[in-house]
Amino acid sequence: MDLLLQIWPAALFMLALGVALAVVIALALRKLHVQEDPRIDEVEEMLPHANCGACGYPGCRPFAEAIVKGEAPPSKCTVNSAEGNAAIADFMGITLEEQEKVVARLACQGGTHVAKMRAQYAGLPSCRAAVATGGGGKACAWGCLGLGDCEVSCTFDAIQMNEFGLPVVDEDKCVACNDCVIACPLDLFELHPVSHKLWVACKSLAEGDQALAECEVACNACGRCVMDAPVGLMRMENNLPVIDYAKNDLATPNIIERCPTGAIVWLENKQVIKGSKAKRIVRKTPLPVGVE
Amino acid sequence: MPTTETPTTPPTPPTGLDTFAHGVHPPDNKHYTAGKPITRLPFPAELTLLLSQHFGKPSVPVVHPGQEVVRGEPIAKADGFMSVPLHAPATGVIKRIDWAPTQKGPRVPAIYLTVSPGDSQEILYGAPREVEQLDPKAIIQAIQDAGLVGLGGAAFPTHVKMSPPPDHHVDTILINGCECEPYLTTDHRLMLEQPEDLIKGTQIIMRAMGAERAVIGTESNKSDAAEAIRKVLPPDGSITVKVVETKYPQGAEKMLAKALVNREIPSGQYPSSVGLGVFNVATTVQIGQLLPMQRGVIERVVTVTGPGVAKPGNFLVPIGTPLGFILRRLGYHGSAKYLIMGGPMMGDTVSSLDVPVTKGCGGILVPRPEEIDALAPRRQYPCINCGRCVEACPLHLNPALLGRLAAKRQYEPMMDHNLMDCFECGCCSYVCPSSIPLVQYFRVSKSMNRSLKAAAK
Repeated sequence: MDLLLQIWPAALFMLALGVALAVVIALALRKLHVQEDPRIDEVEEMLPHANCGACGYPGCRPFAEAIVKGEAPPSKCTVNSAEGNAAIADFMGITLEEQEKVVARLACQGGTHVAKMRAQYAGLPSCRAAVATGGGGKACAWGCLGLGDCEVSCTFDAIQMNEFGLPVVDEDKCVACNDCVIACPLDLFELHPVSHKLWVACKSLAEGDQALAECEVACNACGRCVMDAPVGLMRMENNLPVIDYAKNDLATPNIIERCPTGAIVWLENKQVIKGSKAKRIVRKTPLPVGVE
Repeated sequence: MPTTETPTTPPTPPTGLDTFAHGVHPPDNKHYTAGKPITRLPFPAELTLLLSQHFGKPSVPVVHPGQEVVRGEPIAKADGFMSVPLHAPATGVIKRIDWAPTQKGPRVPAIYLTVSPGDSQEILYGAPREVEQLDPKAIIQAIQDAGLVGLGGAAFPTHVKMSPPPDHHVDTILINGCECEPYLTTDHRLMLEQPEDLIKGTQIIMRAMGAERAVIGTESNKSDAAEAIRKVLPPDGSITVKVVETKYPQGAEKMLAKALVNREIPSGQYPSSVGLGVFNVATTVQIGQLLPMQRGVIERVVTVTGPGVAKPGNFLVPIGTPLGFILRRLGYHGSAKYLIMGGPMMGDTVSSLDVPVTKGCGGILVPRPEEIDALAPRRQYPCINCGRCVEACPLHLNPALLGRLAAKRQYEPMMDHNLMDCFECGCCSYVCPSSIPLVQYFRVSKSMNRSLKAAAK
């Protein structure tokens, strides 16, 4: 009983303190209230909450703020469905401009069945670790190491490693968030609109026989594609053809026809099309390690 | 790089010698080559001279394929201040300029030089000069012209090191003869065999940097080298020799400064910020040898060692000699699964026998076939918070915390825990009882942070 009597003053004091602070908070709420556009919340609700950063903003909320301010078009969100973006545009009372689908593309085709290995890498299973350890085991110093840093980095499950140790991008799932581009230590990924159908799938700076000694599908810098291309579309630079995508309208599948290795490809309807002169590779097993 | 022995930190032997806090005591294994005098190997048929074998911008070739060059002639010039020239290590003909494999992995352009088989390989280039009459600026220029870089492994251009910011006054030069990496004995042999050149080089550095004194530091397992140097010290007492405890990584810049003169180099600062200049023994010997003759770096001493090679030793080899050529001469039969360039703690496992010897390569380590299994990646267990890595880290970082962040791919927060101070000495990986590849994690994290920074721009 004594104990209870002792608690009373403390309890009363705490109650009084609580009421006093509640009044302060209530006043502060009135005085310091920030008027926020209610549309921001609504727009954020309509966004996919992926917080991937593909739009160029740190997350969905800042992007929603930018939409409401009119700084960014809703179509910049590559994760949202077309209907979703249309709904946001409708809500904001703006017309939605057509945004072309952008996907990540890999500039290497050197799977284990065609690219030679000079050594076996046995360290931490990460491409970046391999690059810092003698460059990994691949004979070609520019090709995909196949340890899957991109697969791990992809939040949207759009990248799967295939049986030859090459990442395959699922164009339906890919939202062009740029994560794989950053993850790849060899800079093999690039983001491109699907209308860019002509694609150089090799980054080997080696020339001729040297390139072919390392990988059967490497670009050997023969320059046939550049010769066959309309003037101004392509040029050779550092033993690789470079495509000027500003003139993408000039590109035709004829350009890849005479490529002897199939290093330059035509991407149509999620299919990789190689020229008719490209060598056909039927091997499905990995090449032995240590063949120089 | 783990060694075969179970990684443990033995209790510090009470030597009474100065040293730094933390660190590890790996078995030094220097008995293979410590008693072997430096000898020459024959010239290979072809040399691969990487244009980028130093820290900084690659050299620019001044020769063209088909051109004949004589031994010692400059074949590539420095590209700006943060670069050094390259000299022909042998008389021969330039074959081509093409991509070449490197110790680290990525390919770099290189000059391929076919060595003339009938030539005497006398150094015809260069002329004697009085270094004593040169002013400090001219000495630093002469050091750049000689293509000198840190021969201890980092290959940082020496002339850049010798040009500290103007508000830094360097009063003491530290000469690093610790060679704390297990197996390697190049610096040990150089101190024993060429103490005069070492002193001459030290005096040239002191003059160029305006320092009053110099301390040559070596570890207690190389006391014979300390004796050899003491015999030739100048009488004025400006240069002293100090023996410190044998401990890894005693040869690292910050650890050496602590042990020799008890000064701490602050995080992210040059040694010159506390009045120091730190140079490796091999670099200093080359300065003492080359500058009076106006020559460039064309060869270096390499320790070829390990149980997997029949005739281990210390060899003077021309820069650009392919690894495979050296190993075949010394009775290597392709038995090893791992080949390490540099020491076992910080060296690089190479992926090709065509990798050439560079200015920064001090050793080639060939483990025995039986050691393969021991070297193979062990099973990795979770971190048990034992704190051994924290006790081992010479920079007083928290490798356990950094390792966890790296495993969870939280690269950016690692920067708040001083990731960039880590110089990848490998003490943490060496002592980890769970076999967590901490240093590999840190390398990945550093490289990832660089990429993220580049992408944010």
